[in-house]
Amino acid sequence: MTTTSRRTLLGAAATAPVWGALPYRSARAQAANTIRIGVMNDQSGLYRDLSGPGSTQAVRLAVQESGITQRGVNVEVIQADHQNRPDVGSTVVRQWIDRDNVDVIVDVPTSSVALAVNTIVRERNKVFLNSGAATSDLTGAQCSPNTVHWTYDTWMLANSTGGAMVAAGGQTWFFITADYAFGHALERDTGAFVRQAGGRIVGSVRTPFPGTTDFSSFLLQAQASRAQVIGLANAGGDTINSIKQAAEFGITRRGVRLAGLLVFATDVHSLGLQTAQGLVLTETFYWDLNDKTRAFTQRLGPMPNDTRPSMVQAGCYSSVLHYLKAVGDMGVAAAKANGVEAVNRMKAMPTSDDAFGEGSIRADGRKLHPAYLFQVKTPEESRGAWDYYKLLQTVPADRAFRPMADGNCAIARS
Amino acid sequence: MAGPGFSGGDFKHEEQVFLGFTRTQLIAFVLMVVLVVVSPFYFYPVFLMKVLCFALFACAFNLLIGYVGLLSFGHAAYFGMGGYLAGHAAKEWGLPPEIAILIGGATGAILGLVIGAIAIRRQGIYFAMITLAFAQMVYFFCLQAPFTGGEDGIQSIPRGVLFGVFNLNSDMTMYWLTAGVFLIGFLLVHRIVHSPFGMVLKSIRENEPRATSLGYRTDDYKLMAFVLSAALSGVAGGTKSIVFGIATLTDVFWTMSGEVVLMSLVGGLGTIFGPVMGAVVIITMQNYLAEFGAWVTVIQGVIFVLCVLAFRRGIVGEIGNWLKVRL
Repeated sequence: MTTTSRRTLLGAAATAPVWGALPYRSARAQAANTIRIGVMNDQSGLYRDLSGPGSTQAVRLAVQESGITQRGVNVEVIQADHQNRPDVGSTVVRQWIDRDNVDVIVDVPTSSVALAVNTIVRERNKVFLNSGAATSDLTGAQCSPNTVHWTYDTWMLANSTGGAMVAAGGQTWFFITADYAFGHALERDTGAFVRQAGGRIVGSVRTPFPGTTDFSSFLLQAQASRAQVIGLANAGGDTINSIKQAAEFGITRRGVRLAGLLVFATDVHSLGLQTAQGLVLTETFYWDLNDKTRAFTQRLGPMPNDTRPSMVQAGCYSSVLHYLKAVGDMGVAAAKANGVEAVNRMKAMPTSDDAFGEGSIRADGRKLHPAYLFQVKTPEESRGAWDYYKLLQTVPADRAFRPMADGNCAIARS
Repeated sequence: MAGPGFSGGDFKHEEQVFLGFTRTQLIAFVLMVVLVVVSPFYFYPVFLMKVLCFALFACAFNLLIGYVGLLSFGHAAYFGMGGYLAGHAAKEWGLPPEIAILIGGATGAILGLVIGAIAIRRQGIYFAMITLAFAQMVYFFCLQAPFTGGEDGIQSIPRGVLFGVFNLNSDMTMYWLTAGVFLIGFLLVHRIVHSPFGMVLKSIRENEPRATSLGYRTDDYKLMAFVLSAALSGVAGGTKSIVFGIATLTDVFWTMSGEVVLMSLVGGLGTIFGPVMGAVVIITMQNYLAEFGAWVTVIQGVIFVLCVLAFRRGIVGEIGNWLKVRL
C-alpha cells in the first residue's frame, strides 16, 4: 500500500464519524390532529381508469363531505403509483407509515400488492381500506383486524355472475379459462354456483397464459358446444380480446350470452357498445343505478379522461367517508394510535352513503352491500354517453358475499 | 462484443494497490462503503435495502456481460427463483434467514448450471435468446407450481433471527445484513474479475478463438462464470424476499431481465461500480417518482434514451473516461 493511498483511506475514514454524528433525520413533526390518507394504486398501467387518479378524487370528495375538517381536524391526502409491482408497493407503504406518518392506506388494486400491504399494515397497526383488489383471501385465509375489504371480491363475482345468471335464464355454460391458478379458481367457483342454481356445465377449454391473443378456436369450440352462456374465466387483456373476437364472430348476436367474470364499466367503455353489447357482468356500483348514485357522480365532478366513477373509485369514497365517521366518533388521537380499534369502530357502525346505500362491515373485515348483475346495452338502447347497463338481477347484501364460516378467517372465529 | 461500452484502450496504467483495486478504485470503494454505512441514518432503510439487493443483482449480471461478453437475457430466472426458494425455506421450512439466503444462492447456481450448460454452446443473439427462452420456462413454472402461490406470490415471509442472535424485524439490523451480503458479493465479483480466472474471461471476451488457441477450454470458463453470476443473482433474490417478506412473479418476469440490463447500461458496462450506480438510479426513480403517477414510465424511458444517445459508456463509464481512470 503506498503512502498516498493510506492517507486517502485514513482521510475518508476520518470523515465518516463526522457524517454519522449529524442528527438522525427525524420523522416529520406531526400535528396530533392530522389524519394522513395514502391512496396507492395503478396510475400508469392496466387499472389506471378503474382506480388511478379518479380514486384520489373520490377520496378528496369523501374528506370534504365528512365535515371533519370543520371540526378542526386536518386531513391530508397523498397518492402513489405502485406500478402493479409488490416490491414498489410495499416499499412505498412502509415509507408512508414509518416516515410520513400515514394512518390509512386506500385502494390498492392487484392482489399480490394488496396482500403485501395487508401484512405491513397489520404489523404497524394502521388501517387498510382495500377497494381495488379482487382476492377473497383478504377476508379469508389472510384476513387481518386492520383491513376492510370494501368493494368486491372473486367469490362475490363468481356467485353473482354464476348463480344469478342461471336464475336469469342462462342454464348451460361453457368456460374459456386462463390456464393459471386465478383462472382455475374462477372457473371452479363459478361452476359450483352454476350447478348449485340448477345450471349445467357442458364443457371448458384452457387457454395458455399469458400470451394468448387469438381466441378464435376457443370461441368456436364454445359455440359448437351449444351452451347458452360462455363464461370468461380470465382477466384484463385476455377478457378484452375474447370479447372483441366474440363480437367479430357474431356469437352474441346469435343468442349466446358472454359472461365476464372480471370486467368493469371502464372496460366496457374502452370496448365500445358495438363490441361489448350483450355482455353480462357483475358490479356493486353503477353510476346510473339510482338517484343517489347519480347525485354522487354529479358531486364528484368531471373525472380524468371524461370517465364516470367505477365501483372501485366509489368504494374509495365510501370507505374513507365511513372511516372518517369512525374517527369523528372516537377522536383523532385514539384512531391514530390504534388501527385495530379504528377498524373495530367502523365495524360497530352501520354504513350509509350515496354510492352503496345502507350496509355493514362483518367481523372478518368484509363490507356487505348488494351485488348487481348487469347486461351491456346495445347501441340502440343506449340513450347517451356512459349509458351502458341494464339491471338483470340484484343479489341482496346478505347473500352477495361468502358466508363468514366458509372463509376460514382466524379473527372471525375467535 | 468489445465496443465503446468496455474499459480498456487509452487508460493510463495504474498499479493495483490493495485487493486488486487501483488507487482510484480504492478511493471509490472506500467512498461507497462510507455511503453504505452512513446513508441509513439519512435515507429510509427499506428503500436502501432494495437498492442494495438490485445493486448485487446488477453486479452479478455485469460479471457476465461486462467481463465475458455474454448477454444473458434471462437473469430474472435466477433472481426470482432464488427469491421463491429462499422465501419458501424461511416460511414453510422455518429455516433461519442466513440459510434461506444461501438456499437462494444454491438455487441460482443449480439453475445456472443447467441453463448455462446448454446456452453457452451458442453465441451472440442466439445465446441471449436461449437464456430468454429458459427464463420464460421458469416463469411459467412459477405461474403454475403450487408452492409459489401463482399471481399472489409467497406472502408474509418471516425475516427471522440471524445466527439465532440478531432479530431482523428491526429495519436497521436487516439493513446491516443486506449491506454485508452486498459488500461480500461486490468484493467477490471484483476478486473474480481480477483473478487469473478473470483474466481468462476477459481474453475470451476480446478474442475467443485466440483464447482457445492458447489452450484454454473456453466453454468451461464461460460456464463457470455463468454459474457464479447466477448464484450471486440467486443470493440477491433471496435477500430481497427476506427483506420484503414477499416473493412474487414480478421477479421472474422477463421485464426484470430487461431491468437489470438497463441498470448495467445506465451505470456503465464492464465497470466495477457501474451496476451499483445504475441500480441506485433506476430504483430511486421507481420509488421517488411513484408520486408522479403516470410519469414514472415516461421519465424512465427518457432517461434510457438520453443514456443511449449521450452517455454511451454509462454514468460511471463516462466519469472514468473523463478522468482517464478505470472505475
